[in-house]
Parts: sequence; C-alpha cells; structure tokens
Amino acid sequence: MPPTAAAYQASPHSPAGPGDDTPLQFDQLSKAFRPNGRLVQALDKVSFRVRHGTVTGLIGPDSAGKTTLMRLAAGLLAPDSGSVTVLGKNATAQSLQVQAGIGYMPQRFGLYDDLTVQENLDLYADLQGVAHIDRADRYGELLQMAGLAPFTRRLAGQLSGGMKQKLGLACTLVRQPPLLLLDEPTVGVDPLSRRELWAIVDRLVRKENTTVLLSTAYLDEAERCDEVVLLHEGRRLDQGDPKTLRDRMLGRTYSLSAPNLSKRALQAHLSRAPGVLDALIQGEHVRLVMEEGTRPDLEQLLPGAEDASLTEAPPRYEDSFIALLKAQAQVHGAAPSPADPPAAAPPAAQTANAAAVIEADRLERRFGAFRAVKGISFAVSRGEVFGLLGANGAGKTTTFRMLCGLLPPSGGSLRVAGVDLRHAPAAARSRIGYMSQKFSLYSQLSVMENLRFFSSAYGLARERAQERMRWAMAEFALAPLADSASGELSLGYKQRLALACALMHEPDILFLDEPTSGVDPLARREFWQRINALAEAGVTIMVTTHFMEEAEYCDRLAIMATGEILTMGTPSAVKQHARTETLPDPTMEDAFIGLIEARAPAGTA
Amino acid sequence: MWRRILALTIKEFLTILKDKRSRVVIVVPPLIQLMVFGYAATFDLKHVPFAVFNEDRGIAARELVAAFRGSPSFEEVARLAQDREIAPVIDSKQALMVMRIGPRFSADLLAGRPAQLQIIVDGRNSNTAQLAVNYAQSIVKRFNTEWIARHGGSAPPAYTEMRAWFNPNLESRWFFIPGIVGLLTLLVTMLVTALSVAREREQGTFDQLLVTPLRPGEILLGKALPSFFIGIAEATLIILVAVFWFEVPFLGSPLTLYTGLALFLLSAIGLGLMISSLAVTQQQGLLGAFFFMVPAIILSGFATPIENMPALVQDLTLLNPLRYFLVVLRGVFLEGTPFHLLLHQFFAMAAIGAVALAIAAWLFRHRMY
Amino acid sequence: MSDPRQRNGSAAPGTFRMRLRGLMRKEFLQIFRDPSSIAIAFLMPLILLLLFGYGVSLDSESIPVALVVEQPSADTASFTAAFHKSRYFVPTTYATTREAEAAMMARQVNAIVVLRRDFAQRLRGADGAPIQLIVNGVDANTARIVAGYVEGVWGTWLEHIALARGRSLAQPVQIEQRVWFNSELRSRNFLVPGLVAIIMTLIGALLTAMVMAREWERGTMEALLVTPVTMREIILGKLIPYFILGMGGLALSVAMAIWLFEVPLRGSPWLLFATSALFLLTALGMGLFISTIARSQFVAGQIALIATFLPAFLLSGFIFDIGSMPDIVKVITHVIAARYYVAILQTLFLAGDTWSVVLPNTLALAVLAVIFLGLTQLKSRKRLE
Repeated sequence: MPPTAAAYQASPHSPAGPGDDTPLQFDQLSKAFRPNGRLVQALDKVSFRVRHGTVTGLIGPDSAGKTTLMRLAAGLLAPDSGSVTVLGKNATAQSLQVQAGIGYMPQRFGLYDDLTVQENLDLYADLQGVAHIDRADRYGELLQMAGLAPFTRRLAGQLSGGMKQKLGLACTLVRQPPLLLLDEPTVGVDPLSRRELWAIVDRLVRKENTTVLLSTAYLDEAERCDEVVLLHEGRRLDQGDPKTLRDRMLGRTYSLSAPNLSKRALQAHLSRAPGVLDALIQGEHVRLVMEEGTRPDLEQLLPGAEDASLTEAPPRYEDSFIALLKAQAQVHGAAPSPADPPAAAPPAAQTANAAAVIEADRLERRFGAFRAVKGISFAVSRGEVFGLLGANGAGKTTTFRMLCGLLPPSGGSLRVAGVDLRHAPAAARSRIGYMSQKFSLYSQLSVMENLRFFSSAYGLARERAQERMRWAMAEFALAPLADSASGELSLGYKQRLALACALMHEPDILFLDEPTSGVDPLARREFWQRINALAEAGVTIMVTTHFMEEAEYCDRLAIMATGEILTMGTPSAVKQHARTETLPDPTMEDAFIGLIEARAPAGTA
Repeated sequence: MWRRILALTIKEFLTILKDKRSRVVIVVPPLIQLMVFGYAATFDLKHVPFAVFNEDRGIAARELVAAFRGSPSFEEVARLAQDREIAPVIDSKQALMVMRIGPRFSADLLAGRPAQLQIIVDGRNSNTAQLAVNYAQSIVKRFNTEWIARHGGSAPPAYTEMRAWFNPNLESRWFFIPGIVGLLTLLVTMLVTALSVAREREQGTFDQLLVTPLRPGEILLGKALPSFFIGIAEATLIILVAVFWFEVPFLGSPLTLYTGLALFLLSAIGLGLMISSLAVTQQQGLLGAFFFMVPAIILSGFATPIENMPALVQDLTLLNPLRYFLVVLRGVFLEGTPFHLLLHQFFAMAAIGAVALAIAAWLFRHRMY
Repeated sequence: MSDPRQRNGSAAPGTFRMRLRGLMRKEFLQIFRDPSSIAIAFLMPLILLLLFGYGVSLDSESIPVALVVEQPSADTASFTAAFHKSRYFVPTTYATTREAEAAMMARQVNAIVVLRRDFAQRLRGADGAPIQLIVNGVDANTARIVAGYVEGVWGTWLEHIALARGRSLAQPVQIEQRVWFNSELRSRNFLVPGLVAIIMTLIGALLTAMVMAREWERGTMEALLVTPVTMREIILGKLIPYFILGMGGLALSVAMAIWLFEVPLRGSPWLLFATSALFLLTALGMGLFISTIARSQFVAGQIALIATFLPAFLLSGFIFDIGSMPDIVKVITHVIAARYYVAILQTLFLAGDTWSVVLPNTLALAVLAVIFLGLTQLKSRKRLE
C-alpha cells in the first residue's frame, strides 16, 4: 500500500531518525537564487522520503526545481532552510561523507572527452578510492552492462550521445554506491539507448539493492518507477505509485477516429471541445482525456460526423500529469494561450501543389573516410509533416544541415523548393524557416529586438515587419515579455520565441531540429498545436525528434541508422512493419527499436 | 540590402553593448592601460640612484658632486668610504651608478692636467646603463665649460650643438603615447572581431544567420561596421586623452589622422574576422588573437626601432598594419606630416585590409561546419 | 548502507594518494592529447624568444645620418672620416642643409650633422667651431643614443687633432666609464632573461586559469565535486602537473637563452632553478585564483591577459626602469610578482649569486605565492554557488 501524499505532509520530524529504510529524506527544503537581482524561489518547503531499494522518479516541467533538488542532495548547494538527510548524514554539514557514499550523475555528465573510456573509468575509480584488486571484476561487469566492452580504447569525445550517457553511468557506478542520484540521464538520448540505460538501473535495484532517485522529462519513463514525485514551481505537487496515479484516470481516456476528417483538423477541433482536457494525435486516431466526471458524447463532440468511432483507451501516467498541471495552471490563471489556429498562414504563390517540395536523390555526405550519410533518397510534398528519426549518430543532423544549405553534400542531388539552397541565390532562402535544437537566439537581445532583427534579416518591408511583430506578440503571448532579454526566458518561452522568429517571414517550408527536447509536456502540446495549424495551412514541415509520441504526429516518417534510411512511410505503416506474433500491437518505440536492433550486428561491427 | 546590413549592425551593437561584461572589457582596460602605459612606458630616467666614493677633499670635487646632486636625473643614495664598498652597493641594486673621484682630482684640475672621473654603472639593463652614462656625460660637459670659463684654459677647437626636431626636450612619452593609440585600437578591434563569429558559432546563431537570405558579404559587413565605429570611438577617446591629459602636441591635420585610422581599422578588422572565421570556439579565437597581437606589437616599432632588427625580420614587418599606422600616428602628432607624404602607408594598410577581408569572406562561405 | 567497501574513510592516507595520482594522471593525459596546452608551454616560449631575441634590440647600429659640409677642407675631411669609420653610422653627404632636411622629413636619415662655411676658420679661433647636430626627436630614446654616439665620434676626432697638433686638448674632467656585468651593453643580455619571466607568467597564469575554467564549462567539475575528493586535492591535482610543464618550458627558455642567444649565466643554475620554481608557484597561484573568480574560459583568458601579462610586460622593470616611474605606479609594481623575478633573473644571469638581490626578492615572491594559494584555498568551496 503506497503511502499517500497527505501522510508525508502530516508526519512531524521523526526524532528517531529515518533509519535504514530511508536512505534519502528531504525536510522542509527551501532554496532561492538571485540571478540579476531577481529572486527565484527554486524550491519551496519540499519534504519527501525515498524508500530503500526503489526507483523514485522526479518529474515536473522545466524550472520546477529538479536539478536544484539533486544538487542539494549531493551537497553541492547549501539550502536556505530545511535539511537533506542522506544515508543518515546531513548533506550540508557532512557533505564530504555524503559524497563518499553516493553516486551522482549530473545532467551533463563530466566525462573527459580527451580521455578514453578506460581512462575515464580509472579516474573515477581512483577518486572513489576503489581498491586495485576489485577493479578488474567491476570494470568487466560495468562495461558488459553498458555495452562498452569493445570500445575501451576509444576517446569519450568520439562516442555517440547514448554511449556517453552509459559511460557516465558506469563511471558513477565504479564503487557500487548504495544511493544513486541521476539528473535527467535520458535527455537527448535515442529510444534504444534509453531502454538500455533503464535496463542498467533495473538491474542495480534488483541485484545490488541500490536506491535510485532520478529526474526525467519523459513521462513514459515515470511509469517504470516505483514511486513518482511531481514537482511544480518549486513545490511538491503530488507523490505516489505511478500505477495508482495512472489509475485515477481510469474511465477518462478514449480513442477517437474519424476517417473522413483530417487528423489535424480533428485534433484541433477536439482540443477546444467542452469537457476535453487533452487531445493528441496518435497515428490515425485522436486520443482524448476528459475532464473529471465528463463522459464524451460523440454527437456533441463531432456533430454530424458519420463514421466516427469512439472507444475507451487505457490510461497512461502522462494523463494524470497533464490533468494535474492543467488544474494547477487554471488555479494560477496562467492558462496557455488559446489554441486559435494561427492567423492565415501563407497560401503563398505556390506553383505545383502536389509536386515534391523537398527532394533528395542519393544524397551523400562524407567526412574524410567516414560516410555520415550514405546515399539516401526521399521526397516531401507540400503541406506534409515529415519526421526524421534515428539513433544518436545516425546521420539525421547531417542530413538536416544539408537540406538547409548549411553543409554541402558530397554526392547526389538535393532540391528544396525547386532549388539547391547551397547554390541558390540568397533570396531563395527566404522561403524556408529554421529552428535548431538549441534555440539559437541572441540571448542578450530582448524578445522585441530578436523579432525585429529576424524580420529585417528576412528583408520584410517596414509595414509588413510591424504587422508580423504584432502578430508574433499576440500569437505567442510574448507581449508581456517584449523587453526581457531572451536569454532569461524559461525554456518554454525561448522555444516560442524561436518559432516566432522562424515564422516572421511566413516561410513555405519549416525545418525543426529536435524542437522540443527538454521542454515539458504542456509546452510540447502547445508547440505541436501551432505546427499542426501551420501544416493545415499548407506549410511543409520537416522535423527530427527523439520523442516517439511526436513521431505519431507526422504524416510520414523515415527512420535512419548509420547513414541509411531503414524504413519510410506513415506512422501506422511503420508500426505495421514491426508487428510480430508476440507483439500484435507494437508502439512506435517498439517499431523503432525493432528496426535498429535488426540492423545493429552489421552496424556496430 | 542596406536595411539588412543596418539590422545586422544594430544587432551586433546590441550584443556587444548590452552585455555588461563586454561593455566593461572594451572601455575599462584600454583606459587603465592608457594611464599605466602613459606613465610607465618611458625611457627617460629620473632619480637614477648613485653613490659617491670621493677620496679628494678639494673644492672642485665637491662642486662636481654637487652638479650631479642638483640634476633631477640623479639622486645620491650613499656615500662610500672604501673601495670595497663599491661592489656591494651596485650588486644589491642600491645604486645604479657609482662615481669615483681619485685623491688627486682637484690637484690635477688646478694644475691643468686632465682629471679622471671614474663612473661605474650597472649594466644589467644595458639601455638604462647607457642612458645614465649619457646623462653623466652631459653634466660633466657643462661642468667643463664652466670650469674653463672661470679658470681659463684651452677650450676645445670644436664643440657640438644639438637640436632635436619635433621633440626638443626628447620626451620619450611623446614617442610612446601616439604609439599607444595604435596599440589599444588594435587591441579593442581584435577583442570585438576575433570572438564575434566564434561566439555565434558556439551559440548556434551563426547557422540561424546562414539560413536567412543574408549573403556572406552582408554578414561580413554587418560584423565589420560595428567594430569600425567602436574602433573610431575608442581611438578618438584615446587621442583626446593623449592631447589633453598627457599634452602630446598634435601638429598635423585630423583629416590625415582619421584617414590613417580608417584604413588601419579596415586592415585590423579584416585580420580579426579572418581569425574569427577560422576559430571554431571562442577560446581558439582568443588564442588566435593573442598569437597575432604579440608579434604584431613587437614587430611594429612600438618600443624598439624596426631598423635595429635583422633584415629578414624587417621584411616580415611589412605585413604588419600596425607598423604603418604608427608612422602615420607619430607623423601626424609630432611632425605634422602632410597627407601626401603618408600615401605609401595608406596604400599598404588598404592593401592588407582588402586582402584580409576577401579571405575572411571566403572563409565565411567555406568554413560552415 | 552496510556495504563495507564504501566505509573506507575518505581521510585515509592511501586513498588520498590514490585520488591525487588519479587526478594528476588525468591532467597529464589531457595535456598530451590537447595540442594547445603543449603549444602554450613549449611553442610559445620558442616563438616569443625567437621574436624578441632577434626582433627586438635597443642597440642602434648603422644609423643613417646626413653630413652637410658647406665648404670642404682638410679639417672637415678628417671629421667626416671619423664618421665613416664609426660602426654606428652610415653617413650620406648632402650638398645643402635644405636637402638634408628633406631627407629627414622623408625618414631617410635620423640625424643631420652640419659643418658651417666658416668651420675651418673658427676652428683656429678662440671660441672654437660649432658642429651642428640635428636629430629627429620623435623617438627620444634613439635620438639620445644618436647624440651620445656623435659625442663619441667628436671626442675621438678631438684626440686625433690634439695628436696632430702636438698639444693637449683634453677636457678638464675626463670620464672613464666602466659598465659592469654587460660591458658591451648588449640589450639582448637583459631582454632575454626578462622575457623568461614574461613567458613563465603566461604559462603559469593563462594555462591554469583556462584549464580550470574548462572544467567548469564542460561540467566535469560538478562530476568531480560529488566524488569524495577534497578541494585541496583538486587544486594540487592541477598545480603539480602544470608545475612540471612550466618547469619544462623554463628549461627550454633558459637553454635557448644560454646557447642560442649566448647570454652568460654567471649565477648558480641551482639558485635559478629554485627561484624559478617559487615564481612558477606564484604564477600558478594567480591562475588558480583567477579561475575561482571566472568560471568561463573566455573571461578567465581575458582576465589573465589583462591582469598578468600586460603588467608583467610593462611594470616589471623588464624594459622600462621602475625607478623612473611616478610614485603611484611604483607602488603598484610591488604587487606584481614578475617584478621580483625579473630582478632575480637579470642578477643571476649577468651578475651572479648576489644574495642581497636574490634574498629579498625571493622573500617577496614567497609572500605572494602564499597569498595567492591561500586565497585560492579560501575561496574554493565544494559548492556550486
């Protein structure tokens, strides 16, 4: 029986100490920061316990205080008030002893890129004081577990993102710590590596009886935890067994399909329908989460729809997360901007409607002897949302940069909007918009100045620029922040601004490179609402992502590995492809991993 | 096109000036350096510490010592009584120079025989040593003239009369401060340009720029113009301080000076952007700027004359824009050199600037990954 | 919690040594894999020494001068002959003063020597004949040196005349000058040892400031901090490798000074080694201190250049004489470590083991080293704030 949230709040400081069963305990923990004179309350009286031998997930939107909490537990920060007890010791006063007991993996794990895998392990073994006789066994075990055994002599800087994360974890584990703190270990990591990381964590808990506290932005991972703590704006919002939390949503989740309507129009319509809390595209269906006590009525939701069908769907943890956050947002009155379809997006002077807007033919890119992209071909037509998926290092980014004209291809041909951007006159570039994964804006410039700059860079006339700036301010609810430096915005707002800048000139084609990595689920939904509306208006969208859920939003997608396209088609077709006897209804993640694993023996040799 | 360049220029100005740190970096260190340089960088000696070992009791010897003591260039720090005290006082750097007057000094002088004055100098810094000897010589020369006037004797059949053009009191500050104008202008433009592209590369905004319809030439101009204006403003400030605070004469025409300044900025910005587009990270940009600036300063004739360098090194200095700008600066400040005599310098800087900017523009386009 | 392996107290001396060795090995591997550290430690001394050693000289030789003889005679001929014989001058004869002045404006000559029409006549008069010398005063230092050389030529010529006329024309007081330690007044002999001090400042401060900031920037510092290492171990782990690297750079510089530039080393090599080690500690301490203030490489690099390199260059007495600076600037020079090291180096190279110079300066260096390392230790907390 999992303890309820109320039980914790009520419990007074137990004078007998937490005992062996509670390796980690937070008591009324508060911490504030003062960047540029502003006071930011990162944590506000947070209390909870982590039970021995469990995996506890720390989830919440960005800037909820997850990293601050982790750092306080590791003794890297001193709290303003309250205390953290780690393995029976005070993390602030006895930080050295605490650090000698725990394993902690920061968000950007400190691997030395210019040291080899083995040398990194040796360093951390030395620092953790692991005796030399114990090392050989431990190394063997860890390298085996992380799948790094063949790469001990490779420099850490040359590993892919997923492998780096696994090496970071291995370095944290050289001394078998009884308590492990992992700060967003899976961010920016492809699904396959994520699955492997989780396998390691599961093994630790099962075999070595380790206690794990990990923070994550992927809500599907929350379901793998024994217990979940939800942080929001520095406060603990909810806590419990994810299954219990999920089951609260039982009877509120449905799957709706209406073959006669475009899925995006359907989703846009449903998300504004009364009683609907959340509507998401999932392949050919739209998944609905209803408000408490509201049963969906097909007639009311889609008046006049003929062959629409509605079935009940199993709830997910994410549903309860969204329900909680949306309730919270309403309390605070800061509801996300209404999902009006963006004002008349460009019906620009298009020539051929059905013709391909992006065409790649035997596209190839070599770096020295290394072939990053091995002659891939595909075509994207107008108004299509095309997804490019792949493991870290599969060649997605290289392909993307070639499409945008940032990197010349070594072979093959490439046409975007009828021209090769690399050689086309500069004016041709005014037909594309580009948003990179790092939200590349001028951080010192204010929101207004960024918008003004990009509208001039795209050569908008003065009146048109004014009009577009007003549009951006209204559409993205940026007006109250017009004069704040863009570097100080929260991640969600940075992403809005980046999209606004990429749309100032109303491009025909929009390139999005991992646009939502690190962004919380609410902001992600809002983002995709806009993208869907743009696609409806005829803008061609090319997107890369690690979120399998987002792959479902695409009209078509291609999965890449080691520079080749493994498969290409609609989301349903890709999933169909992975169907087996044992897995009659594969998810996109299953399909992805199945494809890559089938490939792996050839690829990693 | 001009609207786009204007937008780029404004953006560049804002990124430089909105950041408190970079605002401080381009204003405060140059001013501090100007002050410290202005006061510290001088080859004029003042208060050279000297010791006297006088074995002669005569008046003549005392008069000679008094002549040294009365000069602002010298300051007596010790009086020695024994021969063996000389070495310690020089070794320990207590005195830079020891004047030794033998027991028969006054007697020789009165008898019309040449009287010997021994001067021992610390040669560890040979330049200072040589200057100290020169100062001593001029004091003795004056003493001799007066002695002959008072006591008779044969004046030398010929004597030298020196006049120094442009700098009659031979103040080395007048030489260094116009040089500092060039030095600091170079420093500031390098700091502003050498990191600008690398910073955008690191922040990812450079990609964002390259996918807009902006042409590489426009991006280049957008980067060059703000540096140019900052360079002009900074140089103007330093020139004003030089003229009104340090009171260095300004004889030439401002127009000539600003022509030289504009062309120098062109070449410095070109070189800075070249380093910047080669560098992938800001650190590389900083190291690149440093590795360019040290030789550029050493081989510019700023502190030591180019004519003293070996022929090969002298040829190397022909590639250094600072070399030409220093000629313009010193010429305009101290000599009032007219425009047409500096055409050679202007042409050289313009050529370096044009080549460097062309290479930078090429690198912009071809070093995108 | 009951796992015995993690109970090995972190204070045990064995684990201290293990951690320190681990940190040092990491640092060395990084140094050898990253060419820029090697470049700063070895290539920079090489380039700077070559540049300075060959490129910078305050010894003016072959100065172009204009000779204007308005009425040539036997007397003027003997005078101009003296100029032709001097190794300091390359004389060119001009017919009129105006032509010579034009040459000076065009920077073809640095000085003009004029013998007036009545030179021969006044030479035999009671007041003597004037020799007019016009120098370009823009470069005051060179101008003064030129004037000194001209006086020298004049003096030799006088003796020559005296000999010819068979009577003494000697001045009442004659200077007999002796330059100790550097009798030929070779400027390279003092510039090269001074340069060693500048290079050591750069290696010490710039390198350590940047590598420490790099750890903060790349996030490796956070990973180090949560291990049981103490801040002192992290500092020592940086100090020792870069100390060894710096001594390597020093050995290279000293070797070049002695064998390439033929600067005499009159003091004991051991004293040189010991004082250099102390100075390097001070420079490393400065670098580490900068890195506790600045956690980005960019800022650390800028502070290091502005706060260490330029002062070492200008205010150390390396080129410019400290005694001639205004009092306020003189006071500032006391906090600049390079000042003491320059004094020690110039003495050890040119004068020998003069304890009266070496001791007080060594003491000052030791005080600065303690201050910088102490401040670093004090300011570094195992915290991220």
